[in-house]
Amino acid sequence: MVQKFRLENGGLINRDKKLSFKFNGKTYYGYEGDTLASALIANGIHLVGRSFKYHRPRGFFGAGVDEPYAIVQLYRNNETEPNIKATEQELFEGLEAKSVNCWPSVNFDIGAINNFLKIFLPAGFYYKTFMWPKSFWYRIYEPFIRKAAGLGVASTKHDKERYEHKYEYCDLLITGSGPSGLASAYAAAKNGARVILAEDKPRFGGSLLTSDVNIGNQSGEDWANSIISELNEMPNVVVKNRSQVFGYYDHNMLVMSEKVSDHLPKTKKHHPKQRLWYIRAKEVLISSGSIERPIVFGNNDTPGVMLSSAAKEYLKVYGVLVGKNPLVFTNNDSGYETAIEFKKNGINPIILDTRVNPQSEIIDEAINQGIKIKFSYVVVAAQGYKKVSSADIAKISDDKKQLGTVENIKCDCICVSGFWTPTIHLASQSGNKTKFKEEIDAFVPGTSKQNERTLGAANGTFTLEETLKSSFTAGQDLSKKITNNDNKISFPNVVEKKSSQHDKFWCVPLPKGKSYKRFLDFQNDVAVSDIEIALKEGYRSIEHVKRYTTLGMATDQGKTSNLNGLQLVSDIENKVVPAVGHTTFRPPYTPISIGAIVGREVGKHSKPIRKSPMHSWHEKNNAVFVDAGVWLRPRYYKQGKENLFEASKREAKNVRMNVGVCDVTTLGKIDIKGPDSAELLNRVYTNAWLKLPVGKARYGVMLREDGIVMDDGTTTRVSENHYHMTTTTAQAANVLSHLEYYLQLVWPELNVNVVSTTEQWAGAAIAGPKSRKLLEKLFPNNDVSNEGLPFMGYLESDLFGVKARIFRISFSGELAYEVNVESNNGNFMWEKIIELGQEFKVQPYGTEALSTLRIEMGHVAGSELDGRTISYDTSLEGLISKKKDFIGKRSLNREAFTSDDRQKIVGVVPLDKKTSIPEGSHLVKDAKAPLPNKKLGHISASCWSVEHDNPFSLAILKDGKNMIGEKLFVMSPLKNKVIPVEIVSSHYVDPKGERVRS
Amino acid sequence: MLYIKCPYCGMRSQNEFSYGGDASVKRPELNKEISDEEWDNFVYNRKSLRGKHLELWHHLAGCRQWIKVERDTATHEIFNTYKADEVIS
Repeated sequence: MVQKFRLENGGLINRDKKLSFKFNGKTYYGYEGDTLASALIANGIHLVGRSFKYHRPRGFFGAGVDEPYAIVQLYRNNETEPNIKATEQELFEGLEAKSVNCWPSVNFDIGAINNFLKIFLPAGFYYKTFMWPKSFWYRIYEPFIRKAAGLGVASTKHDKERYEHKYEYCDLLITGSGPSGLASAYAAAKNGARVILAEDKPRFGGSLLTSDVNIGNQSGEDWANSIISELNEMPNVVVKNRSQVFGYYDHNMLVMSEKVSDHLPKTKKHHPKQRLWYIRAKEVLISSGSIERPIVFGNNDTPGVMLSSAAKEYLKVYGVLVGKNPLVFTNNDSGYETAIEFKKNGINPIILDTRVNPQSEIIDEAINQGIKIKFSYVVVAAQGYKKVSSADIAKISDDKKQLGTVENIKCDCICVSGFWTPTIHLASQSGNKTKFKEEIDAFVPGTSKQNERTLGAANGTFTLEETLKSSFTAGQDLSKKITNNDNKISFPNVVEKKSSQHDKFWCVPLPKGKSYKRFLDFQNDVAVSDIEIALKEGYRSIEHVKRYTTLGMATDQGKTSNLNGLQLVSDIENKVVPAVGHTTFRPPYTPISIGAIVGREVGKHSKPIRKSPMHSWHEKNNAVFVDAGVWLRPRYYKQGKENLFEASKREAKNVRMNVGVCDVTTLGKIDIKGPDSAELLNRVYTNAWLKLPVGKARYGVMLREDGIVMDDGTTTRVSENHYHMTTTTAQAANVLSHLEYYLQLVWPELNVNVVSTTEQWAGAAIAGPKSRKLLEKLFPNNDVSNEGLPFMGYLESDLFGVKARIFRISFSGELAYEVNVESNNGNFMWEKIIELGQEFKVQPYGTEALSTLRIEMGHVAGSELDGRTISYDTSLEGLISKKKDFIGKRSLNREAFTSDDRQKIVGVVPLDKKTSIPEGSHLVKDAKAPLPNKKLGHISASCWSVEHDNPFSLAILKDGKNMIGEKLFVMSPLKNKVIPVEIVSSHYVDPKGERVRS
Repeated sequence: MLYIKCPYCGMRSQNEFSYGGDASVKRPELNKEISDEEWDNFVYNRKSLRGKHLELWHHLAGCRQWIKVERDTATHEIFNTYKADEVIS
């Protein structure tokens, strides 16, 4: 295929490298350095999509980030991505793209019928049309809208690409590499400041690439290139292209998305696709430039109507003609620059200027070149359906209210220029209250809120000389403050043409008897008539008008539509624009891929994984792991074809009959030292701690100030002023913060230090009737008899040359011990236990068996201490000291906490002794009562009791104290189960606790 | 993301800290008889101020010190930060 609209020469593309690509299944060619948009236009393709609401044909409107139309579905390296702007996507070999929002094809789109139904789709149509009948919404309206609307399809596959996050600090962050950005970066860099210069496009230079200027006897483009190459050599400067600073957050934190690989057919090995930069900058210079705004006229959404600056960019950067018979419609001098560029390439444009008799150097040049200019003329309407074929034009009266006779002239594109809108998004996001600048009919940043300054066109400065001057000065001044260097830079000689005043004209009136759609928001199909309806219906606040009409709410966030919308509202309301105000600018400035936001924290990297020192042993012995907080713990050790139920039953039984060993490294451990340690414990736990002797452990429960149980665990007095506290696995971090809070803020007079030692000790629980015999083998030099190491006793010993701590504590309810060694000896300890335990039939057991053992003993854990229960509820009220005060004690007087029928922990057994009870089920009195059936309590934990060989559960039950022996029903609507049960004591095994003391 | 000056570690990003609420709340002394109202005010009742607010932050992923931060809840401006035991004039 021939690129019919490509110029013979010119542009910044690499004509030596031809690239093939596919659009809607058809193959085309372009060059390296093209965007998808420029390559398509070179091939004469102007129909790229359908509009959001009316499904009208859509082409290209801009040449960059402001593009409202040309959104495509991209296919790259077997992945697909929606919401890609063809004007931003760089061409690569093998690129594939498809149109969106059309079905079955862009040329024949069923939804285009909406265009003829537009009378039914006015502003607020979602709120009105589809309200009745109500039942139609789910069945008819919503599915229809969903099929018809949308800007592409998100892939449902796992994204194999890598996205990275980077944190960076700098003295000056400069957003945009146009004349202003380059000048300020250069000045600041020369003063030794750490500078980051970010450019969203692949090429640096901004407007210098397309404007006809001269800086220091160089063309604008050459000057930009020389500055960039010098900056690239400087160690204190980071220069980034394809990088969009899209958000300005608190305390000068800005976020930038760098497209590292999107312009390549495939991401290089070890490279990310995109990188998100979190940049904390001392100073921010916003040099984001400006975006040309359109003039509103009839059918101004027809493909072929585009911004005049975009037409110029396609010409100068890509060597592409957007049309061969162009009409330029302008209210200022910018349109002339585009026309002159056309003329230079042998094309004869016609200029329609809304102004009566403007005078300037540029206009003179256009006249000298023989370009046809019609003053006081406007485009009334574009004609043509899928592409502009002609334009209705007319003379306009000096007061801009009356149109003359409408005539029709042939053209294949309309390049429109309604002057320039500064890009103030970042400044506004920083909290800067913007102000309206009458001379340019647009908002500019006001007083700085954070350490930010806006320069150049973004600040409403549209002459090159002034921009360069202010930017050199700003770069120099700000960097001087930071580095104390003061390198003077000589200011280059600047040659540019002077412009004349623009015309305050932005919307062409409708000719009599015509009802052309005049679009304000091109992406969301909001026309002048929609705003008029909204105002007629009483919407006044611009924020309400925005939401009712969806003006400026599309993915382009109204970059080309906002100001014209405001102008219209202010005209109708007879107010000035600043009185109407603008809607809030919110980050992101442009859509950011979800992958970039998430970064590396996906799949197994979504949270850190902690493994115990014995992890590899567990792996080798067929452990099946489970997430326990951030830890991976063995859930059970699979033997042969066992399932979870069989394995955990075997493991639990072996503990009750012989001896088992469980990895308890994950338990939180806190080392407490200092003369006031006992006093701290006495205030933190509900029971008494002052008289605990050295070498003894004690079980304790701690509350929050609101009286709810926070955590439980044993704490051992290691020496006079040294304690070893254990917490549950889940609460370890919270308990440490809790202790630090009280020690640092509430009772700083207590002389105590706390530190986490969770990872310093490896732990093994040895439980079962034969555990003492095993312990004798492990520690032959210690007296571990019931007298030598009684229940809740503690010993420091030596395990075959390795320092060890032995605690006689039990979670399983059996005779049990816990041995701790330093982490690096964990595996040695574990293997010794397994080796010496063989004669006692030792077996490792996982968390599932551990749960079974504690449930049938009635020991509480996280599922009972769930942040809603108090000591009484979990039968821990015996540990509440009456003699002393402690954290949360005062709350226990609360009425609900002391009521007679307060909930309490009970045991639950199914009457048939067979049916397992789902955790989370509700307990009710009458299974057949009408809904809502009153809930008496809930099942907190369930197991298969290995002691009784039937299901057993724990429940928190209202008036549990008086419910023992009652028959109730367990209901689980989720599992569709109704189970008749009997309430029993929560201590289902060894209720007197004789085994632990044996 | 806020940029908080830890009095021990210097300027650090917010993600190293956890928020601890109103720093002006004083826990009633232990073993002191107090009314239900006083206790409720300590446990539950907080003013949700707009504007200058003295609050606690815990430098969790840093020095693990609880610090006091004077911050504007509407603008997020931080005026000053203090050590836990520092006297605030």
